[in-house]
Amino acid sequence: MSGRADRGTVKIVNGRYRPSGHFHYIDANTPIYDESGKLWGVTNPRDITHIHTYGGEAPFFEALKDGRLLGTKCENPDCDYVGTTYMPFRIHCPDCLARNTVVDLTKVANSTAVIHSFMVTERTGAFNTLPKPIKFINVEFDGVDTILMGSLAVGDPIIGQAVVPIFKTQDPTFTILDLSWVVKGTDASELPAGFSFG
Amino acid sequence: MIKFSERQLKIPRMCRPVYLVTGGMSKFGRALPEKRTEELVIDAFTEAARFLNLSPSELKSYIHSAYYGHFADHFGDQLLGEAVIHDRLGLDPLGNVGIKTGGATGGSTLWEAFKAVASGYSDTVLAMGWERMDEVPTDEGNHYIACAADKDWETPLGHIYTGYYAVMAQKYWQVFGKSEDSFRRTMAAIAVKNRGYARFNPHAHGAMKITIEDVINSPVVAHPLNALDCCLMSVGAACAILCDEETAFKLTDTPLRIDVAAGSHTLRPADRRDMEIPLLPNESSDQYKDLGERFPGGDRYPGFTGFLAARMAAYYAYRMAGVVDPTEDLDLVELHDAFTISDIQTYEDIGIRPYGEGRDYVESGDCYHTNPHTGEPGKLPANLSGGLIGNMHAVGATGIMQVIEVAQHIWNRWAEMHGDEKKWQAFGREKPADWKNLQVVGAKRGLAISHAGVGSHVTATILSHPDHQLERRA
Ligand SMILES: [Zn+2]
Repeated sequence: MSGRADRGTVKIVNGRYRPSGHFHYIDANTPIYDESGKLWGVTNPRDITHIHTYGGEAPFFEALKDGRLLGTKCENPDCDYVGTTYMPFRIHCPDCLARNTVVDLTKVANSTAVIHSFMVTERTGAFNTLPKPIKFINVEFDGVDTILMGSLAVGDPIIGQAVVPIFKTQDPTFTILDLSWVVKGTDASELPAGFSFG
Repeated sequence: MIKFSERQLKIPRMCRPVYLVTGGMSKFGRALPEKRTEELVIDAFTEAARFLNLSPSELKSYIHSAYYGHFADHFGDQLLGEAVIHDRLGLDPLGNVGIKTGGATGGSTLWEAFKAVASGYSDTVLAMGWERMDEVPTDEGNHYIACAADKDWETPLGHIYTGYYAVMAQKYWQVFGKSEDSFRRTMAAIAVKNRGYARFNPHAHGAMKITIEDVINSPVVAHPLNALDCCLMSVGAACAILCDEETAFKLTDTPLRIDVAAGSHTLRPADRRDMEIPLLPNESSDQYKDLGERFPGGDRYPGFTGFLAARMAAYYAYRMAGVVDPTEDLDLVELHDAFTISDIQTYEDIGIRPYGEGRDYVESGDCYHTNPHTGEPGKLPANLSGGLIGNMHAVGATGIMQVIEVAQHIWNRWAEMHGDEKKWQAFGREKPADWKNLQVVGAKRGLAISHAGVGSHVTATILSHPDHQLERRA
């Protein structure tokens, strides 16, 4: 984590952003020379904090801290695809564009989630906070029309392997990192710090 | 299961034909600190002018509007870079617009340029693409590329795009590749082929003389993909000039008829829903009935194994240009070989082979300049430029580079543009002693596929010699 003091935070007051603290830090640029001392260019340091709303997806990210996995479902009787269930959470039905109904898929996940595909890599980009190697998995559920991307915290990824969700119920980040997966049968003592079965 | 309306499946019918008259490219490299982007763009434009024996200012006098492909603003820390380039090319006050569709940016730029001429808005247009991925270190670059995934649902997971992509490769590997060693070797053969062809291309920066074992023994990126299975990350520029028929024949005796179509699919593979396979002209509705029996797990379409956007781009483009069977009707292709396995997936999406049988395009020897089994010319050579694996992937330029490479074969000028000692010297590269002329003899028609990431955008561009066009049914 950054050692910068007083990094910016934001509250919503009367429906408006109310930022406080520092949202950027200024560092001097530096020249880029070659061996002979000839100038080729400069560095341009940037340290900016962005503000981002989850809008209609906020319920999904908020529910993770309570150990619940929320999806959505089109319940518009006039929609040709009424009943389609989405995980990842979609605010609106992509067909009729009506607002979807939020559905709790925690039980469905616990009883039917299996690995659809996976990938293991030691490579990550800047700002990664997941332990390496990362075991990416895609999870399919009974009765859900889409396939969720996630990471497997405990166990070996195999296509068809049953998995269950785990949640960062302690010190949540309110990001997708609050959700992870373990192979079915994993003991609570094996979960990463701050995670529980919900 | 999702379905499309007939209106949505209408085959595009343009108001007038469009022709490609010339194109040019800069040197490509992993890092080119000796040049600003505008210098690379001017290199590409100058090559395009010289190709027609025109000065840059003579060629500029034809241009009526400009289309600029540049994907990653944040890499260059410059918004509206298009305005900078347009000014440096001295094209103000002509109208111009920036286009960005990830890895398909180059193809999409041609798509926009094509429509501008086809509609009658402009008689001559510039399609110019570039990318500059060398101004942040690789780690930060990986993060920036991962920003092209869903920022809330994917990017925080490792900040590594390969993670969102390779899950599809894994599924294809297990379902259609059946995790076989022989399939792994076929993947590796693509890397050997493309890096090998790159040796004969002075623009290329991924040239290597390697073996299948070298690919299989290279560092693992994400099983089954190793370092040598993956495309390059590049800096460079490429441009094309498109015209209406009258202007085209004024500029050259052999302008190439160009058709461009596009398809799309979800940014998150997670959002893909099942549907019936949209059929290409060389496929029948019953041929995929037993796909799930022959390849267990292969009955979910597009699932994680097919690129629907590529299928749709081919669906429209083949019918626009009159292509029935790409292997019979085309003489060469340039495909978006981001990874060896996605190259195989694309063979199926665009109908070179049926779904499940993509590997045969390589194993039969059809994809080579010279079929290694027979010593005869390959039936449909692929990526003689070296592709993204051997030549370059300077994102905004890639799709345009592919089209120029195909065009130079149809113009029968491949050797001139790739064999010139002076070009090798100017790029600071040594022409190999065993340099080989890869000109596809008698090439009349070709195809280029430009593809974004997990398949969010794909374009198909078909070039035809003006005297050898197929019968159009649209
Ligand atoms: Zn609906």
